[in-house]
Amino acid sequence: MLQGVTLRIERGATAIVGPSGAGKSTLLRLLNRLADPDAGDLRFLGQDVRELDVLELRRRACLVPQLPAPLPGTVAANVDFGPRLHGVAADRDRSLALAGLDPSFAERDAQRLSVGEQQRLMLARALALDPEALLLDEPTAALDEAAKAGVERTLQTLERRAGVSTVLVTHDRAQARRLTTCTVELRNGRAAVA
Amino acid sequence: MTPAIDLSLGEVAASLALVAIAAAVSLYRRADLESELGVAVLRSFIQLTAIGFVIQAIFDSRSLWLVAMLLLVMVGFGSITARRRARAVPGALGPLVLALASAAALTLGLVLALGVFEPTPRYVVPVGGMVIGNAMTAAAVSLNRLADEVRSSSGRIEATLALGATARQASEGVVRRSLRSAMIPLIDSTKTTGVVFFPGTMVGMLLAGADPLDAVRLQLVLLWSLLGSVAIAAVIATALAYRGFFTPAHQLRESALETPIA
Repeated sequence: MLQGVTLRIERGATAIVGPSGAGKSTLLRLLNRLADPDAGDLRFLGQDVRELDVLELRRRACLVPQLPAPLPGTVAANVDFGPRLHGVAADRDRSLALAGLDPSFAERDAQRLSVGEQQRLMLARALALDPEALLLDEPTAALDEAAKAGVERTLQTLERRAGVSTVLVTHDRAQARRLTTCTVELRNGRAAVA
Repeated sequence: MTPAIDLSLGEVAASLALVAIAAAVSLYRRADLESELGVAVLRSFIQLTAIGFVIQAIFDSRSLWLVAMLLLVMVGFGSITARRRARAVPGALGPLVLALASAAALTLGLVLALGVFEPTPRYVVPVGGMVIGNAMTAAAVSLNRLADEVRSSSGRIEATLALGATARQASEGVVRRSLRSAMIPLIDSTKTTGVVFFPGTMVGMLLAGADPLDAVRLQLVLLWSLLGSVAIAAVIATALAYRGFFTPAHQLRESALETPIA
């Protein structure tokens, strides 16, 4: 799907845009090794991703899926899940606040939240891992306009508040301009900095 | 030993009248099952007659080595049959062989060690067949369900992997649900035993003229052994087979998700 892509993503907020099927999501999955390329190499902060511990890489460069996929149980259980895997305590209130959710959400059933709230929960769950980079796969694609605007407001200030770099996959160029400072365009399996 | 029921071949053939009724129903309702029924009757006749001769030869020889070989053949055929139901599970044959062999070895080993049966072919062959047959069904159901669950939960599994979960942690839920679906039918039938249905061993013993309470005692031993063997088979099959869906780098294999539903 992707061929001869040479790309350097700097710290900060970067958008990856392109038509459907251009390989945007695939590129994101390569970045945290949910998939591996047939050829070529990928580096994270100068180190080949295949030389890093894959579980640790996924904590440091955490992917937020396009469709919310909460685990059964409460919001708190979802937020605590990642840190518990890595043997650390979650700062649950901070993670919820960064994602724009009130701490009172903690005891609510994750499956019963609205789609917009679930997407914020996905964000909180990733932020609870204290990652260096957030990989966002069309995070507003499943949301209505009001929820989309709310999540965008949260993402706009995330870098400043959480000190996390973001790689945003979107097909919406206007959204890319609103949320990021650098845009990479994928077309026919190749990348160009727009 | 004088058999309690002495059937001539003619009497066996007469029971085909009931198969004819089934065929007539199929024809009348256009269910298109006549040829399937014919194949089923022919196969059951050939297979049971053949295994009858094999078992007779093994009983006559009183050799436990021959029994062990027969059980191994059953494990082999059982595993291949179960794999057909679990086609969407990559590399399912190994886990199935191990699941069926362990279920047979552990349950037979236990009932023999407890002295429930004498270690002679007359007991080990039918009980072994029953254990392996039920283990096969449970393992096949569990893996079939596992493939469906992985496919329908792939989004959640990948989202969990993306947080740094191992393949094992990410598939805990699907493995648990597959295990339940394999065990619930036997648990339910065990609950309703004697109320809704009479199990085969007891029916066979009663027909052969045994004392009802003797028949009940033996049936209980078998029912409880079967519960154990089904659990062992389903646990081993799912615990090993889920790995087939993942790469060593804790990635969900795309190819596993593209396989057609079995």
